[in-house]
Amino acid sequence: MSIVKNVQENPVEEFLRTDRLPHVWCSGCGIGTTVNCFARAVRKCGIPLEKLAVVSGIGCTGRVAGYLKLDSFHTTHGRAIPFATGLKLGNPELSVVVYSGDGDIAAIGGNHLINAARRNVDITVIMINNFTYAMTGGQVTPTAPLDSINTTAPYGAYEMPFNLPHLVASCGAVYVARWTAYHVVQLTKAMVEAMNKKGFSFIEIVSPCPTIFLRRNRLGDAVDELKFFKERSVIKHGADTSEVGWNETRPKEIIIGKFVDIEKPDYVEAMNVHLSNKLGEKYIWWGKKDG
Amino acid sequence: MAEIRYTTADPKGVLTGVHYMDGNHAACEGALAGGCRFTAGYPITPSSEVVERYSARIPTVGGVFIQMEDEIASSICLQGGVWAGHKAMTVTSGPGISLMMEHVGLAACLETPCVFVNVQRGGPSTGLPTLPGQADMQQCRWGSHGDYEVIALAPSTVQESFDFIIDAFNLAEIYRVPVFFQLDECVGHMTEKLVIPEADKIQVVERRYTSKPPEEYLPFKPDPDLVPELVKAGDGYRFHVTGLTHDEKGYPVINAQAQHEMCWKLVNKIDQNASKIWRYEEDEVEGAEVVVLSYGISARVALRAIEMAKERGIKVGRMRLIVVWPFPEPRVKELASQVKAIVVPELNIRGQIAREVERAVEGTCKVVRVPHAGGTVHDPEQIFDAIMEGVR
Amino acid sequence: MVTTEKQRKKKFRGVVHVLPERCKGCRFCVEFCPTGAITMSEEFNSKGFHYPELTNPDKCTGCELCGMYCPDFAIYGYRERIEEGE
Repeated sequence: MSIVKNVQENPVEEFLRTDRLPHVWCSGCGIGTTVNCFARAVRKCGIPLEKLAVVSGIGCTGRVAGYLKLDSFHTTHGRAIPFATGLKLGNPELSVVVYSGDGDIAAIGGNHLINAARRNVDITVIMINNFTYAMTGGQVTPTAPLDSINTTAPYGAYEMPFNLPHLVASCGAVYVARWTAYHVVQLTKAMVEAMNKKGFSFIEIVSPCPTIFLRRNRLGDAVDELKFFKERSVIKHGADTSEVGWNETRPKEIIIGKFVDIEKPDYVEAMNVHLSNKLGEKYIWWGKKDG
Repeated sequence: MAEIRYTTADPKGVLTGVHYMDGNHAACEGALAGGCRFTAGYPITPSSEVVERYSARIPTVGGVFIQMEDEIASSICLQGGVWAGHKAMTVTSGPGISLMMEHVGLAACLETPCVFVNVQRGGPSTGLPTLPGQADMQQCRWGSHGDYEVIALAPSTVQESFDFIIDAFNLAEIYRVPVFFQLDECVGHMTEKLVIPEADKIQVVERRYTSKPPEEYLPFKPDPDLVPELVKAGDGYRFHVTGLTHDEKGYPVINAQAQHEMCWKLVNKIDQNASKIWRYEEDEVEGAEVVVLSYGISARVALRAIEMAKERGIKVGRMRLIVVWPFPEPRVKELASQVKAIVVPELNIRGQIAREVERAVEGTCKVVRVPHAGGTVHDPEQIFDAIMEGVR
Repeated sequence: MVTTEKQRKKKFRGVVHVLPERCKGCRFCVEFCPTGAITMSEEFNSKGFHYPELTNPDKCTGCELCGMYCPDFAIYGYRERIEEGE
């Protein structure tokens, strides 16, 4: 690590709306940790700050947009991805990050998730999975593990949850990873990679919700949960995503890592190449022409 | 203050010439002439031709078309396009507008300039996909939850489908508001002569961007005309906007005081500028016994009924709404004091605009509704009978 | 800041700054500091949370894991060279 001198201010402060701190998240909420990682990733990624835009949906994670000192949009429930698609298509020079929760992205936003992945829209989706709709009091989500207690599954969930890395990879995403809020160093690195990656990047971050999910399921506090992530996580880069599902509340193994990292033309590139092939000189190239 | 600046249309989007095309195609050409360079849409009869033509034209004009996975995605994707710096629209019909309503509210709350085209068809529900209706008129104003105001226009001819959609985009830019373009299916699928002038004859309003530096700029601080100055993503302003009730900084503020300030601002922005937005066409209202007030396709059908009444010696005037919302209450009230009756034919059962007339008139004159469930246009006889009832 | 003997010998020290008012007492920093240099203070901030303190500065390597874990941006650290005569 580098040796500096007398650092007066936390180096991530310049990326935060410090006039709005302390934030709304609970004591021990993992969202704040992931935002900390994101701020460090923003610092490292080399993307000019004015070109970075963040779009959030609704929920605890949806509040992230409001604390980042970037062009940021707090939109409607489940629809951050189509808004982000509009931003990116409207100005292909922007780097657009969607930062939202499991219910927002995988339930109400599911259709948009799979279509944006299919189109390989060049955005980065950071999805915090705390297994619940925390902001509204803890209802069950499509990622809630079997038997977990949620307010609309008071006797335990009996629906099979999504295996989101598998879903998103099968739709054609070029970068798919899962980390936990414990793995701060790897997570920051993954965020840098994802933001610099051309195409649809998806990072699932499993995170503790101590106030609601952990308490209702008697899983201890946030520190206990992060230790659980530490003990049970197995890093398997390039793993077969069909095998990484998190189905039980306390699985024996949590498979994390970078599962997919491939190259493919993104939406704008595919559109430009195709239309210029068909229309020749008459086609007006959209965005900057590389090289 | 971000001045309202007009400029001439970008010639790349203007198909100058004399054409023979239908209203849907004309609306597409009008959008392109008006500077629309971003469209997100989803197929739905009877509107699909607008985006079909757009998807064929935009690659050589320069811009974006994306067919999204549903109307909900389209209605917010276009807003991303706006915040990236473009004039944007979506095109749909009744069932699609119903799906889009949450995002109409988002556009109103974030004060996003944009155009929602509703090629109106028979409803409710799946209704009559290929046949006309005018039963979405109240929906466009009140459809989303909460307090806000929008603007809505209704063309009656193919030429107007071109001309008025340019006005729709201009109004959206002037007032930073979602604007509805209520293009009746009949007009959308009717083929008529369309004259598209040279680009330098078409006036478009430039986006009212701020000239303030980032340290001074506040996303929702209104100018004297109650419209805040706009920015776009990527220019270094590092601003935040939210659909939560917010203050001038754009930050969410969850209390009654902020709610009061924000909601009154959204409503007053249109209310207090209404006199600049009203637009209607009048004919022979001086000395008239009866005035037929209508809009869209029904206004054209009414012409025949008016002719028939004039043949009987009745003095009939005509008022045609071009801007339906805001509704020109003072003018209608004024007319009411001069005439025996106002006849309101429209393709809906509950008098969606007739009830606005009734409210404005407050009993000063008779208001005769001419309801119709849609599926076809009025028989002029029905409107004629209403005129005769008006003079009784 | 007082420089300890040990730090003077190594010619560098880890430094940790805490913003007590931001802390919500989650104890991530205490738990995940690899050397146990941080403990929670007996004091409370105005919201009633205990906040962390670098009670064993000799043990701090300036790795900044405390800063990386903090969900509330209430703590950050760095490694600092010790000049001659400090």
